[in-house]
This record gives sequence, structure tokens and C-alpha cells, in this order.
Amino acid sequence: MPFKIIASQCTSCSACEPECPNVAIREKGGTFVIDPKKCTECLGHFDEPQCVAVCPVDNTCVIDTSLPRYQAPA
Amino acid sequence: MDVSAQHDASSNGNVADVGEIMQAIAEHKGCGTTGGSGKASCGSQAGQGDLPTEIWEKVKNHPCYSEEAHHHYARMHVAVAPACNIQCNYCNRKYDCANESRPGVVSEKLTPEQAAKKVLAVASTIPQMTVLGIAGPGDPLANPEKTFKTFELISKTAPDIKLCLSTNGLTLPDHVDTIARFNVDHVTITINMVDPEIGAQIYPWIFYKHKRYTGYEAAKILTDRQLQGLEMLTERGILCKINSVMIPGINDQHLVEVNRAVKSRGAFLHNIMPLISSPEHGTVFGLNGQRGPSAQELKALQDSCEGEMNMMRHCRQCRADAVGLLGEDRSAEFTTEKIMAMEVKYDAETRKAYQEKVEEERIAKVAAKQEELAELAGASSDIKVLAAVATKGSGLINEHFGHAKEFQVYELSTAGAKFVGHRRVDLYCQGGYGEEDSLETIIRAINDCHAVFVAKIGGCPKGDLIKAGIEPVDQYAHEFIEKSAIAWFKAYLDKINNGEIEHVERGDAAIRQGALISAA
Repeated sequence: MPFKIIASQCTSCSACEPECPNVAIREKGGTFVIDPKKCTECLGHFDEPQCVAVCPVDNTCVIDTSLPRYQAPA
Repeated sequence: MDVSAQHDASSNGNVADVGEIMQAIAEHKGCGTTGGSGKASCGSQAGQGDLPTEIWEKVKNHPCYSEEAHHHYARMHVAVAPACNIQCNYCNRKYDCANESRPGVVSEKLTPEQAAKKVLAVASTIPQMTVLGIAGPGDPLANPEKTFKTFELISKTAPDIKLCLSTNGLTLPDHVDTIARFNVDHVTITINMVDPEIGAQIYPWIFYKHKRYTGYEAAKILTDRQLQGLEMLTERGILCKINSVMIPGINDQHLVEVNRAVKSRGAFLHNIMPLISSPEHGTVFGLNGQRGPSAQELKALQDSCEGEMNMMRHCRQCRADAVGLLGEDRSAEFTTEKIMAMEVKYDAETRKAYQEKVEEERIAKVAAKQEELAELAGASSDIKVLAAVATKGSGLINEHFGHAKEFQVYELSTAGAKFVGHRRVDLYCQGGYGEEDSLETIIRAINDCHAVFVAKIGGCPKGDLIKAGIEPVDQYAHEFIEKSAIAWFKAYLDKINNGEIEHVERGDAAIRQGALISAA
């Protein structure tokens, strides 16, 4: 399950974009979105998901439960 | 002094009174026991004064670093830095309203290229615009690429414009060399504490080296990085201003210690600002009812920190996209849509000629003040009074009472007229008729003043001001502020001496919160 950004809460501050180790975040229609194909939940990179840690609005970068959990390559 | 005990004593909403602050000051040697008539605020009021020439050259046309310059020169901020790396309890960047005037708020963010174009457009329209600052709406150094790209573009196209930035300091030590390379010669660091226990009540978290820190640990990292950054800047001869938000019951008394800490590390100027916290801003402090200081609480703290160190008292806590003289905001004239359509020709010669004219004005103003001061020589009195002034700039009493968006406040004594602050007020005159409620707001805002100097005033507000004990003075319309204020004060003393009137102390005044134009 990758992370997603709840658009209605996004302030469009862009803080998450450069922090993402997978370059999975970009601006789209005034707010930021995470490409679920690229998101690795920061596993193997950092102790905590960077978008969650830097986002100024709590509960805005959240796990997208509609998608399967990220699988680290074997 | 036990800081945590101080905090416990004052956190129950019954906040540090002036006496307690003065008590803290008494133990704080070298910083501001002289209060009122000591060191001139912000650089020197009467020109270069005791400032070394190289510093005077840096500040003389910087409205934020020189109180005297702010009557004549304008600044602009470009909002190229939306991201931030810390969270402050007094800040909510989601809020965006064109009528809202406080840091962290902008109407639109810009790319560095748009910002560079905007600077040229403004510089061509407002020739007294001498300073370009990057102050957010997030933290400029949390957006280093955008910030430095903007500086690079502007230093190429408009090399006469001074560059400055304002940061929370968390990543400052990493960028000091780059700052020096771009000839940024003014940096502002917001330092609200040097004690992490206090910091934990102001900063819920920071994001540092890929990790979110909270509580004491977060505040400890932040204060260490801020002070290290300050030391590194002053070592390189870069002028540093320290901004501190005065939060009654949390850091009000502690700011005396902050003042000492930054002074010992070479900061040039300390700017203590009142907390802005209305519930409608949606900040943590706004929502939990944390109040801001009153005008007299703020002044007492500023007076007490004034000694060896210059205090800034003319800060308007402006937006991250403000344009114009301090106290005015012309950002609406320069939206991205408008500037992209503008034909911009950068004419350095015209700007220079205009600024030379401004210097002449300025010298005339200082000369007028000196003349009037000579008249006061020999007079001796302990009386100090505050006077409010309606001005549009240039150091003149040139604003109608009903059109004033703010009043500048001068402290008058036999030592002369000293700028000690300003008071924002609601627009009293809306659509050509006076509004009673707004008049009450103005009286509350300048209630500690004995007189209000205006270019013009209607009969009705005149009567109400007199009833409130504030003398409306329109006889000095379009004359120099300081010269007029000193002349008025001299007459005031004369009237007291010959028994015509009796001197009475005034009460406290309120610091205005909320949107700039609430009556609209």
C-alpha cells in the first residue's frame, strides 16, 4: 500500500516533493500527488515516510488502503 | 533565575506584568536599563550617528534595518519559498486571504523566473524600492534551490538592489557560504527561545536530516542550529536581525535572555514583535486562546532590551509577498498576471536620480529636527508622553485622520522625539462617512497617547478624541514629524509650567489583531 495525499488538505507547500527518495511526488492541478507505482513507503531508505514527516498538515499523507502493500524486491 | 518557575507562575493566563519584566531586566546587565530615552531605535535616527561607515552604507536605505530609512525607502518580498521544515504554534500557512496581513500568508507563489520579472516591474514603478527579501511563505532555506536561483537572477538584472532573507535558522549553517557568495548582506533569524523547555511550547516539531523530531529534542536542535548560524554569519560580516515573537506567559520574560544571547553573538538588531493570534487564523495559539501582549507590555519589554543593542520597533509583520513602504501594501498591483503583461524597462539611472532626491528630503528632515531640538535645550523635565502620528511617509504629517491605516507612535521628552512603535487601526473612513465603532477601535489603539498629529480631521472624531483625553493636533499639517512633535511638546511643557494644564498619565493600548480591512 503506497502513500497518497489527500488533496483537500494539501496546502501545496511543496515540502514533500524534494524529500521523496523515489521522486514519486509531483504537482498536479494545484496540489501534490504521489505516483503509487513509484512509492516504496520509504522502506529501505529512511526510518519514517518522508512525506508524512515533513507535511505541515497532519493526516494528509496517508496509506492508500485501496492498493496492495508495497513489496520490496527479493 | 529559574526560567521554568517563571513559566509556571505566568502560564495560568495571568501574564507577567511590566514589573516582573523589569525585575528580570535588573539582573540582565548591559541590556537596556536606560529604557525610554537611551539608544535610538534601529540604527540611528538622526543619520549615521555612531554607526561605522561600512554598516551605515548597508543599512541607510534598508527600511527594515533603519527606522529612519523606513519613512523613505520601500521593500518587496517574493514568495518563492513555500516549503517549511518546522511547525510553529503561531503559524498556519493554509490560511490565505488577500485582506490578511501577517507573515506566512501569500496570495500566490512564484517561480524564481516570475519573481525576477516581478522585481524588475516593481523597481521600475517604485524607484525607492531598494530591498528584495525572501521570507517565505515557508522558510527560504528549506527551499534553497528556489531561493538562490531567485537571488542569482536578480543580482544579474538589478545589481543595485539589496538582497536579504529571513529564516527559522534550522538549516542556516549549511547555507552560510552560499549566502555570502550571493552578497546577501542582511539575514533575519527568528529566535523565540534559547531554552528548549520553552521552545517545546512554541514548536510542536521540526524536520531535520530526514527525521521528524518533537518536544524538547526538537527545540534543542533548533536553538543550537540558530545560534551556530548566527555566529557563522556575524563572523563573515553579514548583518543579522533577530526576530522574536512575544508570547505572554510563554517567552515574554525569557526574551530578555534571548536578547543577551543574540547580542553576545554579534546580532545587529533585535525585533520583538507581538504575537498575532486570532481564532480565525486557525493557529494552535489562536485556537487555544493564547493572547498577544498589550501595547505597553510590548513597549516595556522593548525598552528593557534596549541598551547596547538596537531594537527594531517599526516592524509591520508583513506578508511574504508584501510590496511597498512598510505599512503599505501594493502587492495587488503586481499580481503574476499583471507583471507578465507589463513591458519592463529597468532604468538604473532614473532610480538613482530619484533616490538622490530622497536623500535630500531626508537631510532636510534631520536638519529641521536639529533646529527644533536646539529650542528644547535647557528645558528639563521628567515628563514623557506618547504622541500618535498619521503619515503616508517621507517623515511628514501628511495623512488624514480618517484615512490612516496605522499611526506611528513617538515618545516625547526633553531628549527629543523618539519613534517607539506603530499601531494598526481599522479603516475608520469607509465610503466617505465615519463609523463610530471604528473610531472606538482607533481610540483603543492609541489610548496611551496624549496627542494625535494629523494633516486633517473632521469635527466629530475631533470631539470624541478630546473626550477620550487625546488632543487632536492639525496645526502641523504637512510638516516634518519630529520637528512638529518637539514643538508641540515644548508648548505642552510650557502650559504645565504656567499652570494652564496638569500632566496626567495615560492608560494602556490594544494591539490590533485580525484582517487589515475588516470593515469592508
